[in-house]
Amino acid sequence: METLSAILIATLVAGTPLVFAALGELVTERSGVLNLGVEGMMLFGAVTAFAVTYTTHNLWLGVFVAAFAGAALSAVFAFLTLTLNANQVASGLALAIFGAGASAFLGKPYVGVALTHEPFEFAGWVSGIPVIGSFLVQLHPLVYLSWAMFGGVVWFLYRTRAGLVLRAVGESPTSAHSVGYPVNTVRLYAVLFGGAMAGIAGAYLAVVYTSLWTEGMTAGRGWIALALVVFATWRPERVLLGAYLFGGVTTTQLFAQGAGIPVPPEMMSALPYLATIVVLVLISRNPTLVQLNAPAPLGKLFHGEG
Amino acid sequence: MKVKLERRAEPSQIMQYLSPLIAVGLTALTGLCMFIAMGKDPASAFYVFTVQPIENLYGVGELLIKASPLILIALGLAVGFRANVWNIGAEGQLTVGVIFSGAVALLCGSQGGFWVLPAMLIAGAFGGMVWAAIPAFLRTRFNANEILTSLMLTYVAQLWLSYLIYGPWRDPAGFNFPQSEPLASSAMFPILIEGTRLNASVLITLAAAVLTWFVLKRSFVGYQLQVAGLSEAAARYAGFSHRRAVWIGMLAGGVAAGIAGVGEIAGPLGQLFPTASPGYGFAAIIVAFLGRLQPIGIVLGGLLISLLYLSGEAAQMTLNLPSAITGLFQGVLLFFLLGADVLINYRVRMISETPVLKRVVA
Repeated sequence: METLSAILIATLVAGTPLVFAALGELVTERSGVLNLGVEGMMLFGAVTAFAVTYTTHNLWLGVFVAAFAGAALSAVFAFLTLTLNANQVASGLALAIFGAGASAFLGKPYVGVALTHEPFEFAGWVSGIPVIGSFLVQLHPLVYLSWAMFGGVVWFLYRTRAGLVLRAVGESPTSAHSVGYPVNTVRLYAVLFGGAMAGIAGAYLAVVYTSLWTEGMTAGRGWIALALVVFATWRPERVLLGAYLFGGVTTTQLFAQGAGIPVPPEMMSALPYLATIVVLVLISRNPTLVQLNAPAPLGKLFHGEG
Repeated sequence: MKVKLERRAEPSQIMQYLSPLIAVGLTALTGLCMFIAMGKDPASAFYVFTVQPIENLYGVGELLIKASPLILIALGLAVGFRANVWNIGAEGQLTVGVIFSGAVALLCGSQGGFWVLPAMLIAGAFGGMVWAAIPAFLRTRFNANEILTSLMLTYVAQLWLSYLIYGPWRDPAGFNFPQSEPLASSAMFPILIEGTRLNASVLITLAAAVLTWFVLKRSFVGYQLQVAGLSEAAARYAGFSHRRAVWIGMLAGGVAAGIAGVGEIAGPLGQLFPTASPGYGFAAIIVAFLGRLQPIGIVLGGLLISLLYLSGEAAQMTLNLPSAITGLFQGVLLFFLLGADVLINYRVRMISETPVLKRVVA
């Protein structure tokens, strides 16, 4: 029971950054825009969150600023692809490269610096909840935030008018445009949301998951998030499932080491990347499955007037 | 007045070549603003970033030796990019090239003769090719996105090299530093100019540039790739196999990156370290775009990005700035390039707010 609870917590903790990043990218892609720069925005969010939290000792301010930083970076992407009609794949790559470079540059003073902030204490009654109380208090509030965001995204996409418009824009921009919806404005908001979520994902990694800043610390999680959206066939509930699946894969590493299984740590570290490839192959080998679920104009530009 | 983008009747050839120059100019301008904001003297910063790294022969040698892998990889990537095959795992393919050629070099040790270096080149090219063949296979057989798979494999390759260097390949006489034994002289490229680190690997890059030019401009395969990139439907109609385009595009990048990896360990590095390159595989993507996917342009673009690497180091020493500024400027440059590229297909028009009718009456 103890071990099971520990595995579960480790899985949730490791999966949370993927939940944030992949949910954000999902909304972006459902509007028909492919932003490959998630890794860059995560790194940018991570470094800003670390710097702000380090300076102010306020974790929440750090997370908040990181969301802004991620959105700011995605605004550059939006300007390039939506206003200037630049290629989405190339612009996304540019964002990834810029995010890596800029975060390494800005983060130089924070390398090897330990982060201190007020540890979060739950109210006394939470741990008093029978059975699961002691479990709940071990999770960081940001994990709960990720669940709230999940609920919010599901509600927005399927239960609100704005969500319907967003999906319409992502399914057929021409039709949406012809009935008067501002395609590129909707897409701008979707891109900004994706950026903010990637920023929060980075913040979680830097200030909660590791409490350290190291160059390139996201280690491909932004790219894994992109793969997760494909794996989830663009559905939020499957994103959640996929993220925790990957969280689980990450934690096997820790438990294998803990159990003293003689496997090179590098091999265990390679598991999430190999799992991503396997998962992509499994989903993509059925072309109808992808074609039916993928937003039709994904990655294509929309030249609507006005 | 309102600024509006208006589609050109046909893409502008002039802007195609002017756009990289605009992007470089804007990046330089951004850099100057940044230095002023940081309280550095812009004139001396400009000097550090442009002239200082190459003001002597050694510096010029460094420029060429860093440009060489960038150009080589970008040439290989351009073949794929032309056909919309997005191999962004060149960094991993380079790393596997290092592992394969490193295995040859370390196995032979000091026993080998003149054939060691050619054997390393073949092994490195093969390694890069294998690592690129995986995404190509997954793409053609299972339709898996090559961007994501090639990138995931980059992380796997880096972990593999790191495992080898921290484990079985660690130099027993290396004071426990994570590095391999130094390569024997038979496993090293000969130095071309005394007093510099410039070695014969640049000749391979030069030959590759000529070869790529020939393939892209004068061969049927090059034509097929170009058609595939411009319109997949047209390529299909003409009977040009998309699978073949994927295979050619991926493998060209893989082979080039693998050979570039050999150039690193058999050149400036002289041994294997846990990290195979300072991000040449990613920077080469920028070089390819900057060079308009054309061999001559890629050579110029490679020299520019190489200079950026050198000035990053110079800035660290002279201006006390982190050398990561190189990556920052690489990203800024690519942003400006993609932004300026809009002028190839569009022109900027100023439109007065006066309604059309009034204008007609007046």
